[in-house]
Amino acid sequence: MNGERPGIARAVDAEPADAEPADAEPAAEAVGESRRQLTRDGLAIAAYALPVGLVYGLAALQAHFTLLDVVAASVVVLAGGSQFAAAGMVKAGAPWLAIVGVTLLINARHLLYSAAAAPYTIERPRKERAFMAHFLTDETFALSLAHFRRIGRFDRRGYWIAAMAIFIPWNVGSVIGYLAGGAVDTHRLGLDIAFPAAMAGLSLGMVSGRRDVAAALGAVVVAVPVGLAGGASVGLVAGAVFGPFFGLAVPASPMEESSNPETPEPSAEAGLP
Amino acid sequence: MSLGLIPLVVLMWAVTFPARALPMLAPGIDRLPPVAVTYLRLAGPAALAALAAMNCLVTDATPPSLVVGIEPVAVVACALIVARTRLLLPGVVAAVVIVAVARALGAG
Repeated sequence: MNGERPGIARAVDAEPADAEPADAEPAAEAVGESRRQLTRDGLAIAAYALPVGLVYGLAALQAHFTLLDVVAASVVVLAGGSQFAAAGMVKAGAPWLAIVGVTLLINARHLLYSAAAAPYTIERPRKERAFMAHFLTDETFALSLAHFRRIGRFDRRGYWIAAMAIFIPWNVGSVIGYLAGGAVDTHRLGLDIAFPAAMAGLSLGMVSGRRDVAAALGAVVVAVPVGLAGGASVGLVAGAVFGPFFGLAVPASPMEESSNPETPEPSAEAGLP
Repeated sequence: MSLGLIPLVVLMWAVTFPARALPMLAPGIDRLPPVAVTYLRLAGPAALAALAAMNCLVTDATPPSLVVGIEPVAVVACALIVARTRLLLPGVVAAVVIVAVARALGAG
């Protein structure tokens, strides 16, 4: 990011984004260069999202999803953390209400992404904004916001490059993981540990300060005894709901206090949508 | 034809899409109290940590009991690798290898 923000409103007046005026050659060059950087960054994300998608496909297979369920989840929900969570909860026999509640909690952070993107998209038609919002994953946010800030305005093509950098490999990986997983003995190969390991890793990937650590540890402290007493799904929901209060009880670290709303969760680095 | 988990997928979308769309479609709705914003931010790691713990520390038997075996060790190893590298895949691969080797040796 170069830190220059020439003015969102002025730049948006020049829409459509993909049709820069002929006398704006330097701006067009800047947009082109920023798109090339966006594409390079997107390819790096895609290279990582594909194998993580494989792990999700495998987790879904172990939870007895059908191939249609896997495809539907990866296309319609398009939120890796909650997809992993749902696979584990389905496998544990959790009620759908609990799964939906956990999904709501895990994906609530997207409110912050959408709020940060809103100033750039405000001039776009409402239907287009709604369609774009479906693809507003951690990676789409991280890639597209960096691009918008580089060029100082919204860029439709840039947004879709960012969105497809995660959407395509995540879906392809999910399907391949599901189909390939059925051909191997997952228990003997230790593949059944991939799901809880991925959850632990992803949780740590979201940690950016002591409050996150306290929330995660608090969730475990609550979830395990409640789960032993009342079942896995009850323990999970209890941990998810009450864990954040442990974080709120801890003073924020300097990094957390100065957190920028335009900064995505660190999970964007982990290869999950 | 059974719909399987499709209705669940739709419900998951129904609680995910508003978070992604509302601030873009209705500017101002994101002006939540700071404590609510912090709670929302902390909910992600909390939910995923609880999920990991339930899947490696508690059996799905009736009644549930604590897991004793290589699995929690492998998950902790994964967490340590992710904490160091900030990359998920190496940690998951390490956990799988640990469990596979332990089971091959009859220790898992």
